Amino acid sequence: MSVQSCPECAADVAFAAPPELNEIIECGECAGELEVVSVDPLIIAVAPEAEEDWGE
Amino acid sequence: MIRAAIVGGAGYIGGELLRLLLGHPEVEVVASTSARLAGRRVDGSHPNLRGLTDLVHSSPDALPDCDAVFFASSGLDDPAQRAALASRAKLVFDLSADLRLTDPALFAKHYGAHPTPDLLGTATRGLPEVDRAALRTANLVSVPGCMATAGILGLRPLVEFIDGPVTVDGRVGSSGSGASAGEMNLHAERANVLRVFAPLGHRHQAEISQATGLTVRMTATGVDAVRGVQVLCRTQVRAGVTETDIRKAYRAAYADEPFVRVVAQKRGNYRLPEPKILLGSNFCDVGFALDADTRELLVVGALDNLVKGGSGNAVQSLNIRMGWDERLGLGFPGLHPV
Ligand SMILES: [Zn+2]
Repeated sequence: MSVQSCPECAADVAFAAPPELNEIIECGECAGELEVVSVDPLIIAVAPEAEEDWGE
Repeated sequence: MIRAAIVGGAGYIGGELLRLLLGHPEVEVVASTSARLAGRRVDGSHPNLRGLTDLVHSSPDALPDCDAVFFASSGLDDPAQRAALASRAKLVFDLSADLRLTDPALFAKHYGAHPTPDLLGTATRGLPEVDRAALRTANLVSVPGCMATAGILGLRPLVEFIDGPVTVDGRVGSSGSGASAGEMNLHAERANVLRVFAPLGHRHQAEISQATGLTVRMTATGVDAVRGVQVLCRTQVRAGVTETDIRKAYRAAYADEPFVRVVAQKRGNYRLPEPKILLGSNFCDVGFALDADTRELLVVGALDNLVKGGSGNAVQSLNIRMGWDERLGLGFPGLHPV
């Protein structure tokens, strides 16, 4: 099992299986969607999120 | 098993204490007092407890000796009676505001002159995340206010980062003002409100200041909900403080806490703490947003005012005092959807 640091919140993000390129995983702390952008070396990046606006 | 009694068991906090203690594997509830409803069944005041107890409210004078007594209402009107009731048990948990502040002058400013000021400063605060060590041996515990609890748990781990005063905007459901009838509690007056009932200097600001050392200014608004508290705490951080610093501080404070969760997420409907999903539970969720450019920090705390903001905190404090698992009797996780 490999562990990476979430680029958004720095929480530990664990991979149960060997990560695959472009695999999307979710950070347990910030709920950010993270994409595996490189396998060797292992690099994960934040995928963009939608914003909410209730005040329009 | 220990024997526990509740003074002021007919109110909303009393009802929640009864609900939690009746479900507690190590506690037998032996009495619930109510000056107004003595002789009436407990499940008449708290219909959710039907089938769980045949207990009848007793007069405060009839409080039996027991191991723990919980004050769910203020004893300031009759200090002699309060002292007599407290002497019935070795352990006393006070959920009223009577003992929350340590400084008599500050107490007088927010609540009026205390009839027995010598009592101020004698209780251990019942906020397990802050006071756990002291609670292990405390025989007199003062449970903090509901909005104060949410504010303290949100702000305290971040004190070293904060630079300047904190403005707390508290929102609270109608159960926060108790079970007594009155014109202000008519449905027609309560429904659909966004009522700024304490525009400046709400009482709980003194508790938050006392627990954090921060300068706190607090506004409180009654909202159209029965239960729930949410506090928005606005302040500035010192130069160079990052989101990672804040998350690290929260993790250090709360990673091992059974009832505090850090909620500051990037996706989903519940990105920041919201009382809706905490009702009936003993959780306090804390979260934040930081604008690193302007150094503006928003801390959000949420809880059920009757549980983590009162009865649940008291039961958790009892569990610590007795050396039991802190989660005993407090396992309910809240509802979704609700
Ligand atoms: Zn994350």
